[in-house]
Amino acid sequence: CFAPFLCLRPPQIRVKPDRTGVVTDGVKHSMNPFCEIAVEEAVKLKEKKLVKEVVAVSCGPQQVQETIRTALAMGADRGIHVEVSGKDYETLGPLQVSKIFAALAKKEQADLIILGKQAIDDDCNQTGQMTAALLDWPQGTFASEVTLEADKLKVVREIDGGLETIKIKLPAVVTADLRLNTPRYATLPNIMKAKKKKIVNVKPADLGVDVSSRLEVLKVDEPPQRQSGVKVETVHDLVEKLKEAGRI
Amino acid sequence: MAALFKARRALGMAVGHGVRCLNQLAELPELHQMMRQTCRDYAQKELAPIAAQLDKDHKFPAKQIQELGGMGVMAVEVPESLGGAGMDYLAYCLAVEELSRGCASTGVIVSVNNSLYLGPILKFGTEEQKKQWITPFTTGKKVGCFALSEPGNGSDAGAASTLAQQEGNEWVLNGTKAWITNCWDASATIIFATTDKSLRHKGISAFLVPMPHPGLSLGKKEDKLGIQASSTANIILEDCRIPLSNMLGERGMGFKIAMQTLDSGRLGIAAQALGIAQAALDCAADYAHKRTAFGALIGKLQFKLADMAFAIESARLLTWRAAMLRDAKKPFTKEAAMAKLGASEAATFVSHQAIQVLGGMGYVTDMPAERHYRDTCITEIYEGTSEIQRLVIANNILKEYQQ
Repeated sequence: CFAPFLCLRPPQIRVKPDRTGVVTDGVKHSMNPFCEIAVEEAVKLKEKKLVKEVVAVSCGPQQVQETIRTALAMGADRGIHVEVSGKDYETLGPLQVSKIFAALAKKEQADLIILGKQAIDDDCNQTGQMTAALLDWPQGTFASEVTLEADKLKVVREIDGGLETIKIKLPAVVTADLRLNTPRYATLPNIMKAKKKKIVNVKPADLGVDVSSRLEVLKVDEPPQRQSGVKVETVHDLVEKLKEAGRI
Repeated sequence: MAALFKARRALGMAVGHGVRCLNQLAELPELHQMMRQTCRDYAQKELAPIAAQLDKDHKFPAKQIQELGGMGVMAVEVPESLGGAGMDYLAYCLAVEELSRGCASTGVIVSVNNSLYLGPILKFGTEEQKKQWITPFTTGKKVGCFALSEPGNGSDAGAASTLAQQEGNEWVLNGTKAWITNCWDASATIIFATTDKSLRHKGISAFLVPMPHPGLSLGKKEDKLGIQASSTANIILEDCRIPLSNMLGERGMGFKIAMQTLDSGRLGIAAQALGIAQAALDCAADYAHKRTAFGALIGKLQFKLADMAFAIESARLLTWRAAMLRDAKKPFTKEAAMAKLGASEAATFVSHQAIQVLGGMGYVTDMPAERHYRDTCITEIYEGTSEIQRLVIANNILKEYQQ
């Protein structure tokens, strides 16, 4: 069981005139790249016959179904679309999503949840960790290698200091990092097969989850315009300039 | 009463088909959208970054063709039982357009394999021939080619002078074929040769020949203006012997096979032309967003972009419609000719204007505009020149008005 996220991949991000968020109208939405890697890993595990079934899950409005279909075309067996739209979707954050995933994991009796380490629109890097905490499951985050050894999962994690290898018991949560694998392109025969695979619609209320947010966005601003730099002749000048700017 | 009932039924069915076609023109079915997206992703990530180098090196993209084979793109219409993707011709046209948007050479390699090689075998081959000559060519590991043109005749296909004589239980082929796309990288070819010159075009037959094969040799690779990553050369046949079972279709059926194959093939070329045109428009529009002149972004000053977009969209709709007619097993010769004519002329127009939009930058190899311009020229020539397309359309119109 795993979760691709609907996310933004706009050519140029613009802040809405009322400064409540970024413009999402007319922007093409697609699967979060880290979640694509997660889907690929799950499908690989199934191809190695190490898992029985791969279920693709996504939370959001109607368009999310397209993303789930892509996951099905990559090899997932069935999909679950958790319907969240309108204001609820605008304020949907990692805490709410992880509550949904935790509820689904229990309902589906999942043994493994794989998701992207973070979504590239909000860069939160929280959902995987929160989901594990809510379920009281072990977690292997920033995974660059995942190996099943009997009933344990060996996870190589990419950390600031290098690579850390851990062994965690199943059921567990794994979050995918960039070097875990290279996602496959959906093949034409698989796209045809995906058409016949089922996507079930579920509402957060059905899972007993309250998606209302505890956070209120006060304002969203563009980062300050980058000022052009100044070239100096000598190291002495550099030190003077830095002192002037109050940096040293 | 019976006649009236039949007429009403026919009308109902016609309207039913028409409505379905119109709906599809408004928005493609989900299946087609998904496959278009996967081809677009592949083209953007795997083809576009290497296209310029492939063009410079005249290098056949073997790795990419195998990957595309793995995706089912080398045999879109071939049924799954034979190793293909089992999709329709509209899906195929979408695939070729998206791939050509990344690399025009890759587009034509895919198109020739699908339409000109696998197409006729699928339609006219025996079950044995299909197993032998189709299945190994669906994976991208092997590609096929189509040898109709000769040094002495291109448009005048009926004047074939390559000979096929029966000697015992073999056919012996002699002659030269010219301008054969894919031939240096192909593992099989369909050769059109005359078994009876006195019957003129009705004496031409089609033959399946493996490559390499004794008696079959290749001329030097042509140094072309564009689509350099796809090989083009002569195929020379000198006492090339093949078993009798290698004839495709019936004796004397060759011309009909060629013409019907080209009817479909030209939709593949229309799709290729659309892809290149779209890439040229992408390049020009992106530039227009950034370049300023006379105090404003040139995007604001350019009606050209509107003309270019309009030309592409019109040709695209013609192409889709012809493909849908073919998928519905309706006559589509006139529409296919219109699509190929429209798309190739749109492509040459758009790529030329893209260079104009880019100005000096359009003339240098730093930008892809010049490559698109070079690539589009051939789309007005192969699989039926623009002049031939006009002939086909005119003949069809005259026939319609004869009633």
